[in-house]
Amino acid sequence: MNALSPRARLAVVLLAVLLLGGGSLGYVLRARQQAAPQQTTADASFTLAGPRLYYRDGDTGRVAYQADPTTAPVIGGPSCERFHAAGDTALCLQRRPGLPATADAVVLDRQLRETQRIALPGIPNRARVSASGRILAWTMFATGDSYATSAFSTRTSILNLNTGYLIKSMEQIPLTIDGTRYHAPDVNYWGVTFAADDNRFYATVATKGRTYLVQGDLAAWTATALRENVECPSLSPDNTRIAFKKRVTDGPDSPWRLYLLDLRTMTERPLAEPHSVDDQAAWLDDNTIGYALPTPDGHGTDLWSVPADGTGTPRLTVPGASSPVAVL
Amino acid sequence: MTYLATTGRRDDAPAPPPTGGGAGRRIPATVLALGTVSLVTDVSSEMVTAVLPLYLVLGLGLSPLQFGFLDGLFNAASAVVRLIGGHAADRGGRHKRIAGIGYLLSACSRLGLLLAGGATAGLATALAADRVGKGIRTAPRDALISLSGPPETLGRSFGVHRAMDTTGALLGPLVAFTVLWATADAYDAVFVVSFCIGLLGVLVLLLYVPGGPALPTVSLSAVSRPTPVRTKALAPLRDPAFRRILAVAALLGAATIGDSFVFLLLQRGLDLAPGWFPLLPLGVAASYLLLAIPAGRIADRFGRRLPFLCGHLALLGGYVVLLTPLTPAAVVLVLVLLGVFYAATDGVLMALAGPVLPAVGRAGGLALLQTGQALTRLLGTAGFGAAWTLWGQRPALYAALTLLAVALTCGWALLRNPSHPERPTP
Repeated sequence: MNALSPRARLAVVLLAVLLLGGGSLGYVLRARQQAAPQQTTADASFTLAGPRLYYRDGDTGRVAYQADPTTAPVIGGPSCERFHAAGDTALCLQRRPGLPATADAVVLDRQLRETQRIALPGIPNRARVSASGRILAWTMFATGDSYATSAFSTRTSILNLNTGYLIKSMEQIPLTIDGTRYHAPDVNYWGVTFAADDNRFYATVATKGRTYLVQGDLAAWTATALRENVECPSLSPDNTRIAFKKRVTDGPDSPWRLYLLDLRTMTERPLAEPHSVDDQAAWLDDNTIGYALPTPDGHGTDLWSVPADGTGTPRLTVPGASSPVAVL
Repeated sequence: MTYLATTGRRDDAPAPPPTGGGAGRRIPATVLALGTVSLVTDVSSEMVTAVLPLYLVLGLGLSPLQFGFLDGLFNAASAVVRLIGGHAADRGGRHKRIAGIGYLLSACSRLGLLLAGGATAGLATALAADRVGKGIRTAPRDALISLSGPPETLGRSFGVHRAMDTTGALLGPLVAFTVLWATADAYDAVFVVSFCIGLLGVLVLLLYVPGGPALPTVSLSAVSRPTPVRTKALAPLRDPAFRRILAVAALLGAATIGDSFVFLLLQRGLDLAPGWFPLLPLGVAASYLLLAIPAGRIADRFGRRLPFLCGHLALLGGYVVLLTPLTPAAVVLVLVLLGVFYAATDGVLMALAGPVLPAVGRAGGLALLQTGQALTRLLGTAGFGAAWTLWGQRPALYAALTLLAVALTCGWALLRNPSHPERPTP
């Protein structure tokens, strides 16, 4: 092609710029047209009422519920990446478009009207509201601040609606591991779950390649590691058991299984779900655990549920859904 | 493809170097063409790099763990691929063809990402294609640059190329951001735009980079049959001058702690809001961009060892600043020092090693050098990570400081030995 005259070469380049540029522009414009506007608010008729299973609808990104299994789901909630609700409060983590990744933590009342909005860096990951609806926690993935290049780290925030106090990152909480005060620059918390007293909480802490279940005290602001290899704990409604994901293999393929830890005996047992679950499980009632699993084709997730005692078989609960929460 | 046929013809060979040495003000057209290719390609590839973590984790719902595995999967393999690319380019002077294949492979990997959807195997293949493309094109491209002008202006040539390259790297995330913003996070649109820009880069390479490097040894025979001068991959190691350069580069590479650690230390030192974090690499890139050409000129005038060693001295200075209580001014200073480090070492090392290598084995030699440096840098980063975990942040930093000082002293001693003329054609 170097045989072409300078003028011909320039013409070829210009033509290519026109074609490729036009193609790019066309694709971008088409994508722009197809982009559904994010529904930031709920429909007026869509409120929290129980008992119902609420979840995030994968197709629309909006919060939905199924009134009863025979009718179509009602999709009228706000768009959320992650949703949880309890008491008189709902927590909705909304992604904001663009780079770098940012999101809003939106606090909603029982009518799903916005009462507070907090802008955050990172990608929404976990959301929890305490049973009373007064204490909220969420976890965001933060890119870039990990020394392992382009890996993710987490940042967990806790919001107390009684006092209005927001802990942006709980990394500085005094932590005890194996009976001694623990200091390390790489501690990472995620997946908080609250007890009924609005003070005790459980979470995952990761440091130096290990993960621990910590029990925390909000008022005293301390955390103590109870057990190794417990991620994304979820406390049962009766506050006696914890459902969690346990790392069972070191590789990237199906690393986690759902387990149940009895806090009274500190014994654990696997649940009947044979697949790898990367989700903070939700207690649909005292005996049933709900969680999201990737669909077989890799696009989106389905909601499944399994008995909390290790028996039975998993049941497909809502196809194309995530963020399950049983509202009472 | 027509350009294959022109490989040995060179009707369009780069203008003969200006005689009389210092008078040469013109940058060789090949360097400008390759710089443009790199600029355009880097826009394309940095677009994808900027959105990939978000796409995989948010768009596809991969866990960060899986992402980490995917991301790290091919880093080691790319070192081997680079050696293959350099060697293949040397065999018959096919620099342009090998580089072109590399650029094309990377461009097409965007389509792979688009088509793979959530299938991990497909994603891995696409990412592998991108890494392989990056790996095989680098050494032939640098060999083309080093062969396209007189040895005494190589520093400037590489400076210009690296400045253009970095410009593309700075523009890429900006373009990606614009596309995401315009389409409300349509990642597929980013991949399509990146693919189109990548193809444009390949086209510029095809049209504006001469078919073969300006070596007398590669003649028409290069097309019809293998060159009689068959190069062996490890042949450059027989040359003591090259060995010395490789040893110094590897030694100094092992004493660097990796940018990500520096950024992390900065962020922790200043308790920087995470939103500011992406700006740190931008600061380094910007100062690299501004300093690359001046550093290359200095290298041409005063010899390439001096800037190469002074660049590492700047890195040493950066480590020292990291040990002081950090202020915003100190952060800026560290970023600028990192920029100085890259400007004074990256292209300059190629300019230092290029003339030492025979023209027919140049791509392979440069690949060897780049791979050696990359591997020891990986080692240095891993070592620093281990030291940090084991001893804590400050002791690890003191260790890195000591190591770099020792390496620098050794490097000084090794490179000072004037047993080989740095400029074969004065």
